[in-house]
Amino acid sequence: MELRSNEPTGPIEHRWEKHKEASKLVAPANRRKYNIIVVGSGLAGGAAAASLGEMGYNVQCFCYQDSPRRAHSIAAQGGINAAKNYQNDGDSIHRLFYDTVKGGDFRSRESNVYRLAQMSVSIIDQCVAQGVPFAREYGGLLANRSFGGAQVSRTFYARGQTGQQLLLGAYQALSRQIEAGTVTMNTRTEMLDVIVHDGRARGIVTRCMKTGKVSAQIADMVVLCTGGYGNVFYLSTNAKGCNVTAAWRAHRHGAAFANPCYTQIHPTCIPQGGSYQSKLTLMSESLRNDGRVWVPRKKEDVTKRPEDIPEADRYYYLEERYPAFGNLVPRDVASRNALYVTNEGLGVGPEVDGERRAVYLDFADAINRLGEQMIRERYGNLFEMYERITGDSPYETPMRIYPATHYTMGGLWVDYNLQTSIPGLFAGGEANFSDHGANRLGASALMQGLADGYFVLPFTVGNYLGEVRTLPELGEDHPDVTKAVSSVEERIQRLMNAPDPKHAPEYFHRLLGKIIWSKCGMSRSKEGLEEALREIPKLRDQFWREVKITGSGAELNQTLERAGRVADFFELGELMCIDALDRNESCGGHFREEYEENGEALRDDENYTYVAAWEWTGNASEPRLHKEPLTFEYVKPTKRSYK
Amino acid sequence: MSDHLLNLTLHVWRQDGPTQGGRFETYQAKDITTHMSFLEMLDVVNEELIEKGVQPIAFDHDCREGICGACGMVVNGMAHGPQKLTTTCQLHMRQFNDGDEIWLEPWRASGFPVLRDLVVDRSAFDRIIQAGGYISIRTGSAPEANELPVSKADADKAMDAAECIGCGACVAACPNASASLFTAAKVSHLSLLPQGQAERRDRAQKMVAQMDAEGFGSCTNHGECEAACPKGVSIRWIARMNRDLVRSLIRTDKPVASRTAP
Repeated sequence: MELRSNEPTGPIEHRWEKHKEASKLVAPANRRKYNIIVVGSGLAGGAAAASLGEMGYNVQCFCYQDSPRRAHSIAAQGGINAAKNYQNDGDSIHRLFYDTVKGGDFRSRESNVYRLAQMSVSIIDQCVAQGVPFAREYGGLLANRSFGGAQVSRTFYARGQTGQQLLLGAYQALSRQIEAGTVTMNTRTEMLDVIVHDGRARGIVTRCMKTGKVSAQIADMVVLCTGGYGNVFYLSTNAKGCNVTAAWRAHRHGAAFANPCYTQIHPTCIPQGGSYQSKLTLMSESLRNDGRVWVPRKKEDVTKRPEDIPEADRYYYLEERYPAFGNLVPRDVASRNALYVTNEGLGVGPEVDGERRAVYLDFADAINRLGEQMIRERYGNLFEMYERITGDSPYETPMRIYPATHYTMGGLWVDYNLQTSIPGLFAGGEANFSDHGANRLGASALMQGLADGYFVLPFTVGNYLGEVRTLPELGEDHPDVTKAVSSVEERIQRLMNAPDPKHAPEYFHRLLGKIIWSKCGMSRSKEGLEEALREIPKLRDQFWREVKITGSGAELNQTLERAGRVADFFELGELMCIDALDRNESCGGHFREEYEENGEALRDDENYTYVAAWEWTGNASEPRLHKEPLTFEYVKPTKRSYK
Repeated sequence: MSDHLLNLTLHVWRQDGPTQGGRFETYQAKDITTHMSFLEMLDVVNEELIEKGVQPIAFDHDCREGICGACGMVVNGMAHGPQKLTTTCQLHMRQFNDGDEIWLEPWRASGFPVLRDLVVDRSAFDRIIQAGGYISIRTGSAPEANELPVSKADADKAMDAAECIGCGACVAACPNASASLFTAAKVSHLSLLPQGQAERRDRAQKMVAQMDAEGFGSCTNHGECEAACPKGVSIRWIARMNRDLVRSLIRTDKPVASRTAP
């Protein structure tokens, strides 16, 4: 496998223009002759399907939800970055580019990131024209806020529901194309394999989730915008349905999977309440602006009511360890320290499986200083949400919080065109690895999804089709197609007929999640990863032996859907650990305990300035590593320090 | 934070497919902690059913944080259950008492055929949006975002209407199974903004025609929709939609053909 990034050269600000000039186009009259499959209908997929349909291509769009409007992009709260410099505070495309490369801990491709920063400006124009009700100032112009420690105010937002409003914008654009007949929408349809013919992606195998019908969908090319793999941890802030299956099936057909160990942990989530817990809910990071994080100093105090613990017995560990930044240290630092104090037995809240994994986030001081009214204005909706879930009022007692996975920077390896290592198979949004390096900045996920969907893919897809011109006819009876369909059917049968059926798929998913979370989560060590690599294959074997699914494959069967996803998480989870073990450094979301200096991550630029792209070899335990070296011409690598 | 255990009796609507008849089946939910969410309680029941070899209860859900609009069931006669402004996924078991009997049904409306158990087909909502719930703007052709100021009051109102999550509780709660609140929320969101003016006349007509074609009833001002809406979308948007509709009927002479549901 050869990894060519296909980046243009020359001054970075002209690369995208230059690339477009050198690319092939498809004439408007010819576009309807091409069939394009888009899998996923979130910000990237919805925007790509709508834009490609509008250009005149014949688009088939697929999503597992009952409506394209429900993709998990909808849950993003905070906002979307754009280098508009409306606030006159010195923002620019270059500064957004710089912040993103630096925030990614120097593990992303400069050309891609620069293009992302350039596109950010057009995204806001596009969304406003669609009727996205962004927050505005009294003069009627768009409002901005500063987000995630950025030194400029470049974040656009729609209350706490920015993702929802941006997704509804894309969904409405998509609906317009469905009405126009350029896009055919297939809801409640799950992609279970890629069809590769003559070395090119030519379609997918789907299962209709209403009837169980497995069928081949043939096209000229395939675009995957299928989101991230955070649910490998079982508990994450992802929607329950989020899964890696589409990307993983592509990987098994030859698409390299890049940097799987780069996962982002969000420090302020509502902690697990019991072993029954099905997902975790994120609370906005802005809470750390006024809340103070602490745990009891003494182990015997962890079961006491927080109000009964005197000031002297409270350990404000972030303030003590990081006097300069205090409670506002970056996400990864805040998360790891929560892990350390709870490892020491100082965690609070209910005991789950013998451990107390929560810390306090206390607003008592802020309420005394600013008054309850002010705090209500700032965080009222978050406090309400917290109370609805936990039954406790943060006005009266400290919140309990704990970190949770909420984004995965790794994903399918793509070149500058967002093409994977399978020709004709493209990947956009969180499904690819492309723009965030080892760590994603706040308010950048929405930006990347829409940049890929509205502005990059519509163009690079045309370039691909312009290059290949006509593809050979591929009939449903071709062996490449029938083989793909029958392998999906066989896998379903295998899942349905485990030799010794005992447990529901969740049972295994929870166990897998626990291994990955404790050994390949916030903090990783060689020893722990090696242990995980011994445990995962064993559990996987047990899964295939003992998974129990009732009913049949030929009907609406939610247990079967989950089982198939869990099966793929097992293989991906193993790859994550292999990747984490291979990367002998700490960078971004990947923290290796052996590589730190006084608690600070120790990056190794000399040996690890590369993208780790893994090739499937037929054996999940023995993937082949390919390295795409990264060069930094515009942003010189520097060390992060928050002491 | 007080946590205690509940034992509950569930009467759940079971239906094997769209064409089969349904019936209530009774299950016991034992040792449910009050910290659990309602859907987690169903997860626990389902896992037990699977281990016993019984088909688990099918229900739609996804984000489990009240924003995707996938979940929804009628709990003791109330769409999304007893808690105000709360989706089923955000409902927690502390709202219930030990020994309670809970009746679970799918959204019931001819516009929302049952697919299985508590899962219904809400694609009618998508077709209402497809009929005109958008602003026609070509990708890449948008003017500079700040060229057209929008008063903060209008932007805020548009956002109020745009908060709809498309869950369908309004239809389930309405005695007429009307989709007026859903349709009106989108009509109002777009007609409050200057960007939405060009297509304003046709939009209300087309969307209302589609709503009728899908078999949803008319609004007779019961107000159940607003009461059930987990996002507090206001019934006044229906009045606003009707104003747009009447104006467009007076001012447009070309008839809008209603599309048919597939």
